[in-house]
Amino acid sequence: MNIHEYQAKELLQKFGVATPRGKAASTPEEAEQAARELGTDNLVIKAQVHAGGRGKGTFANGFKGGVHLCKSPEEVRDVASKMLGQTLVTHQTGPAGRVVNKVLVAESVDIAREIYFAILLDRATAGPIVVASTEGGVEIEAVAEKSPEKILREKIHPLAGLQAFQTRKLAKQLGFEGTQAKAAAKLFEGLYRTFLACDCSMVEVNPLVVTPEGQVLALDAKFNFDDNALYRHPELAAMRDIAEEDPREVEASKHGLNYIGLDGNIACLVNGAGLAMATMDIIKSYGGSPANFLDVGGSATGDQVTEAFKILISDDKVKAILVNIFGGIMKCDVIAQGIIDAVKAVNLPVPLVARLEGTNMEAGKKLLAESGLAVITAGDLADAAEKVVKAAGGGK
Amino acid sequence: MSVLVDKNTRLVVQGITGNTGGFHARQCMEYGTNVVAGVTPGKGGQKFDGKVPVFDTVWEARQETRCNVSVIFVPAAGAADGILEAVDAGVELVICITEGIPVMDMMRVKAEMAGRPSRLIGPNCPGIITPGACKIGIMPGYIHKPGSVGVISRSGTLTYEAVWQLTSRGLGQSTCIGIGGDPINGMSHLDAVKLFNDDPGTESMILIGEIGGTAEEEAAAWIKENCRKPVAAFIAGTTAPPGRRMGHAGAIVSGGKGTAAGKIEALKAAGIAVAETPAVMADTLIARLKGSN
Repeated sequence: MNIHEYQAKELLQKFGVATPRGKAASTPEEAEQAARELGTDNLVIKAQVHAGGRGKGTFANGFKGGVHLCKSPEEVRDVASKMLGQTLVTHQTGPAGRVVNKVLVAESVDIAREIYFAILLDRATAGPIVVASTEGGVEIEAVAEKSPEKILREKIHPLAGLQAFQTRKLAKQLGFEGTQAKAAAKLFEGLYRTFLACDCSMVEVNPLVVTPEGQVLALDAKFNFDDNALYRHPELAAMRDIAEEDPREVEASKHGLNYIGLDGNIACLVNGAGLAMATMDIIKSYGGSPANFLDVGGSATGDQVTEAFKILISDDKVKAILVNIFGGIMKCDVIAQGIIDAVKAVNLPVPLVARLEGTNMEAGKKLLAESGLAVITAGDLADAAEKVVKAAGGGK
Repeated sequence: MSVLVDKNTRLVVQGITGNTGGFHARQCMEYGTNVVAGVTPGKGGQKFDGKVPVFDTVWEARQETRCNVSVIFVPAAGAADGILEAVDAGVELVICITEGIPVMDMMRVKAEMAGRPSRLIGPNCPGIITPGACKIGIMPGYIHKPGSVGVISRSGTLTYEAVWQLTSRGLGQSTCIGIGGDPINGMSHLDAVKLFNDDPGTESMILIGEIGGTAEEEAAAWIKENCRKPVAAFIAGTTAPPGRRMGHAGAIVSGGKGTAAGKIEALKAAGIAVAETPAVMADTLIARLKGSN
């Protein structure tokens, strides 16, 4: 799950992490009011969408830039009126863009120095790790490639947590001195508490800035939350903005299906994440292109299969569907009945290839054969891939 | 011969009175697994299906039944606690089937288990089976056949696929271990490879990996230097887009690390035969056994 920039800043402030003052607004009037409350002429207004590259983005109405510096509350109001309700296209949104429903109005700060600071869960050490660099404000991957010696790594003990000496050491290594070093150490400690308290898999502050006056502030923050832990964070779950998500994925998650939309034309319905990935791979290796990843899980019901089908065929790029089930707990006859019900309910517009193996496989195949539906059956994985790629009109 | 579990395994099922736990406990018993106890807090004193004693704590189950392996079907919110309870009771092997455990919980479990004698398989895994002797987990028993191929995998149904290919071609398995698809888990590919390498009943191995992390690369490096047995492998996720989590929390490519291409290269560099598609996992091993690839 992702959250908006204004939500990230609210979260950080709750844990004592210093950020530039600011407020979210949904109307030009609210934006103007927020600007007045800040009591400064150094203002910035930022469109709130879950995508990077906002500054260089363009609105569908021709207005340029999702981030603007403003000199007065009136100017903020004017810019807000050109952003709100409009579609912003950036290099990360795709051509369809995202509708801007909120803007963040904040004080604009001058920057003397930019730092990169992130805390993430490291699989290799099975614990948190700090990754930081004096080269902030740019893509950290580029820094890691060009000058790896400029990347700091500090392991955090999974049970003991981030120690005070580690925050002092990091502050020193990142070039902070005196009161600034204290402020930086406090900020690092606050970030770690946020990371821990919110079950994050990553908190990334880029940039963390030092102002000419010597303030240390988190200018922008990106959070990755552990979806498995959201059940114990209702306050985070409430920050979810489904308008920012692929509607097919939202629909799928309602029915307990694990769906990820892709760009190809062969829809897949598979049980198990590993087999679902492998099914996408084999479609590709036979010259086709998968339209999605869909794992119906280990214990899907007939109803879930029906819902899954509805989502698959709602994608008008889809030219053929492959069902690949290796029944373990999942019984093939249940899947077959789900397919039959779905096809009857939605009037299947494209060819369907089904490969059923495992528990109750014979009963499942019999159901499909007797249903009178034009289902192309496949014997094994290779056969299934070959048939579905052909059915979609492709192949080597 | 086999690794970790066999006819002598004495299994305790944590969560035996739940729907899932009960269903799979029965399936395991039908396969011939020796289920000696169940644990559900508050249900101590009952008998599961009229024969398996249920205890409130793993500690009591261990005292009373000398159970040495545990399988966990406890819901995600309590599963980490369940693992540590089994470890505390001195259970030698803990297999956690539960999926959806918060990764910070697993981080603490892993740190707590450091230096203790218990081993963990999973979480978010199908379990472990020694065909014809002992099935612990949710895999369909009948697709397996006793034999000499060791199978190691991060994925459930993809393991069934590999096992079924082997069985259909007449090749049995010594033991099949599903290590699970979470980013922080117990036994790694490498741990399993070492066990199979030392097992006289295992003559070859299939190693199934997927995108994310570096566990497959670590196993490959060790195999290159130390492994005496033929190994075939498959990596799922060649076509997965970066930055997206493909079902398994571990299956995500980030920052250019953990790509399928990188893993396949590491495996090939270690002399492992890599299956081009998931349809030829068994055939790739067979070809390697005949020395033709």
